[in-house]
This record gives sequence, structure tokens and C-alpha cells, in this order.
Amino acid sequence: MTVQLIYLVAALCFILALKGLSTPRYARAGNLLGAAGMAVAVVTAFVHGVEHNGLLIVVAIVLGVAVGIPAARSVKMTAIPQMVALFNGVGGAAAALVAFTEFLGVTEPDVLFRIATVLTVLIGSVSFSGSVVTFLKLQELMTSRPVVLPFGQILSIGVAAVSVVLAVAVSVVPSGFLLVLLALAGLAFGVLFVLPVGGADVPIAISLLNAFTGLAVAASGYVLANTLLIVAGTLVGASGTILTRLMAQAMGRPLANILFGAFTAVAATAASGEQRTVRAGTVEDVAILLGYAHNVVVVPGYGLAVAQAQHAARELVAQLEGRGVSVSYGIHPVAGRMPGHMNVLLAEADVPYDQLKELDDINPGITSVDVALVVGANDVVNPGARDEPSSPIYGMPIFDVDRAKSVVFMKRSMRPGFAGVDNTLLYNPKTTLLFGDAKDSLTKLLAAVKQL
Amino acid sequence: MIDLLTIFVLAVFVGFEVVSKVSTILHTPLMSGANAIHGVILVGAILITGHATSGLELVLGLLAVFLATVNVVGGFVVTDRMLEMFKGHKR
Repeated sequence: MTVQLIYLVAALCFILALKGLSTPRYARAGNLLGAAGMAVAVVTAFVHGVEHNGLLIVVAIVLGVAVGIPAARSVKMTAIPQMVALFNGVGGAAAALVAFTEFLGVTEPDVLFRIATVLTVLIGSVSFSGSVVTFLKLQELMTSRPVVLPFGQILSIGVAAVSVVLAVAVSVVPSGFLLVLLALAGLAFGVLFVLPVGGADVPIAISLLNAFTGLAVAASGYVLANTLLIVAGTLVGASGTILTRLMAQAMGRPLANILFGAFTAVAATAASGEQRTVRAGTVEDVAILLGYAHNVVVVPGYGLAVAQAQHAARELVAQLEGRGVSVSYGIHPVAGRMPGHMNVLLAEADVPYDQLKELDDINPGITSVDVALVVGANDVVNPGARDEPSSPIYGMPIFDVDRAKSVVFMKRSMRPGFAGVDNTLLYNPKTTLLFGDAKDSLTKLLAAVKQL
Repeated sequence: MIDLLTIFVLAVFVGFEVVSKVSTILHTPLMSGANAIHGVILVGAILITGHATSGLELVLGLLAVFLATVNVVGGFVVTDRMLEMFKGHKR
């Protein structure tokens, strides 16, 4: 009875944590409340539910803390999305293991128990292997482009069908061996599910897998008849699904297109072999352009974060403002590698919150902007997303910087962006390219503006 | 069993409700925070390991405890680090 009451308190903490995390003001407090609820639940489970192996459990927890905290503390802010993917993956694996282990220990499992076990093992395995693939993609240990295997679609459907058959089989005939096969099928499906998701869409897949893990945890709650697991897992499953939809909306594309788009839109790239010219400028040219402008919009992207150029950008902006230039940052909802990621990175560099403007603040007045300075961004300013229905990123809202009076495009090279799509803005006569590392170029620009 | 189903259905609606209005700025921290919360599987892992009788159950259970702990502490710590940066930048 007391145990159930404590679990109820923990569940309330989780609900309030999610609520808090939805508003900037209470986000941090919400997260801490969630952690407090978790601590209470874990201690309660340990004190009331452990008959033996107590010491070994403590050792396993200590090891987990020893791995988890340093990893979370040392990860660079640019690498947050793949870190979240990994944490999500191990959570899914843990859920599958819990259900599997419980299944081994029960002598006469009833049907509902078996169904819950099957769901936990299957969803947990999918979440684990899928998360690992998203990690590899974001860490660029494998290509970030969509990977379409030969007969990929048929293969996915085949593996899904095998999973369903195995799932039904285990529900009817409880067999540990079949359950292992089911786990393997789930692992394979997780990989096949994420492979065709490309580039900028990967974070959406992470969010969806996050919701999956929540559902696996909820199903494991049925296996163990534990209400806290059901409530917390379901909360994450439901809120994760909504969040995934919100993210997809922020990119202006339906979820199905993001997950399965690679199967249908294979064509469309390679805009004929014609030779197009680009115009490269010097640091001094760009300094003059910026220094004598009335208003400037900076559009930062992942390249800025990778070069750790947030601070250099802020200094340049301060210098320009000192000269009376009005400057704002255009923050795309998916700038960086995840929705909201760029806000985190710029906050880290002490950029004032009110200089950060969204699409709807920038685009209506874009024609009166003298210079749009694109730093390490690409896909979020690609006019193809607006004008070319054949483009893989068609429909994603963009900054219409091609309608500004002039554009300065800071790039490392002519390589296309994360989505692997060519950008016509580069060949626009209004565009000046400034090649080089973002931080290096911004520092030189700062010096050159000071000289004016 | 119907009790558990009732709880499940109600929790679905609560989950939909709590995040229905969230600004894009908070998408990443919210995802990360939700990620930490599903680490509650640690409770399940502790319970099964505490009742494990065979060696195989014990090994699998301990592995689950370890992985779930990484999920929980890593998830909360990384979310806090992200949110820390927003501090003092509010209007």
C-alpha cells in the first residue's frame, strides 16, 4: 500500500516534469522534479522489492552512474542529439531484457502476460538497434544520406511479417527460443527502419524511437504488473508521439514522407551537368558590405556550431551594432541537428535571447535586409525547398534570403549540406561566397570591420 | 487487468495533454527529459533482479539494471546541462 502511494507520487513528479519542460520558465525545475521522483521510486523499489542480490544490484547501479554521468557531462553541445539517441537505445534494451528475464522466471505465463512480454521485447529491440543506427549516422561513422538497400522495402516488410508471426507464435506457445528469435527480428527491423531516413530527418527518427521506448516500458509494466512503469512509459510514449509530430510540422513535412520518403523520391537530384559559376569574395569585400549595411540578418547553422564559432559570431555582431548596424539572428526551427538545438548553442555563447528571431519574424521584412550572412547553414536557406517540388526537402519552410538585397554565404567547401541537396542560392548573382572555417573567417571579418 | 488498462488509457491522454503546446526552442530538452523518464525501467530491472533465482536471470537482470541506470542518470544530467544555458537569457 505505502509502496503504491510512493509510486503515485513519483508518477505525479513525472507528469509535472513534462509539464515544466514545456515552458521555458519552469523547464529546469521540471527536470529536477523528474529526477527527484525517479530517485524516490528507485530507492523504494530497492528497499521493498529486493529479496536477494542486493549488493550486486548496487554495484550495477554504481557502474551505470560511473558511465552515464561522465558521458553526459563531457559530451559537446553539438553532439547532444546522438547522445540522447544512445541513452534512448540503452533504455529500450533494458526494457527488452526485463521482460525477457521475467518470462524466464515465470512457470505458467497466461496469455495477457505473454502478449505484454512479446510487445516489450519487440519494441525494445527495435528501439535499441534503431537508436544505434541514428547514433552512427549523426556521429558520421556511417553516411548520413538515406540508405536504400536493394529490395529494401520488400526486406523491411518481410522482416516485419516474420516479427508478427513470431510474436503471435510466442503468445500462443511460450518458448524462450522463439522469444530470442523475436528479439533478433526486432533488432533487424530497427536497422531497416532507420537506414532510409536521411540527414536532417534523423532527429525525428530519434524522437519517434524515444516514444517507442516509452511504449516498451509501458508494456513491461504489464509484464511486472507495476503501475508506475505503465504510467511513466505511457506518458513518454504519448508525449513522444506528439513531440515527433510537432517536429515534423516544424520541418513542414508529413511524418510518413520523412520516414519512407527515400523509397519514393530517389530521383530528383543532379540538376543537369551545365557549368554554373559562383562568385567568391575576400574578407575585405565582405567587411565593407557588412560595415556599411543598415540591417543584417545572421543565419547560423550546424557548421557554425562545429567550428565552435558562436563566440566569434557574437563579437562580430557586437562590433557591427557598435557601428549602428541593426543585426538579428534568424534561427530556423531545425537549425543545428535537432529542433531547438541552435538556441541551446547560441545561449551557450551568451547571445541575448531577444536577438534570436524565427522564420515568421524575418521573412516578411526580408526584402529590406541589406545583407543576409549565412554561417555554416545550407538546407535552411535552400530556395529549392520552396520552388522545386522535385527537391527532397521540398515543403520545408526556409529563410527567403535569396530575396534579401545581398547574401554572404560562408562555407567550408562546395559540398552540399547535411541533407545532401544542391543549393541554387550558391549560384545566385547576389551571393558572395566566403570560403573557409567559420570561426577563422568570422575572426578575420571582425578584424577587417574594425579597420573600416 | 482492466485496472491496468484504465491507467494506460488515462496516461495516454495526460501525455498528449502535457506537451500539446511547446515552443520549438524546447523540443530538444523536452525529448531528452522524456528520454530520462522512460529510464524508470530501472525500477523494473531492480525488481526482477531482486527476485532472480537462476544465474542466467541474474546476469540479464544486472545488465538491465546497468543499462537503465545509464539511461536515467545520463538523461537527467544532459537535460539539465542544456537547460542551464537558457538561464538568465529570458526576457
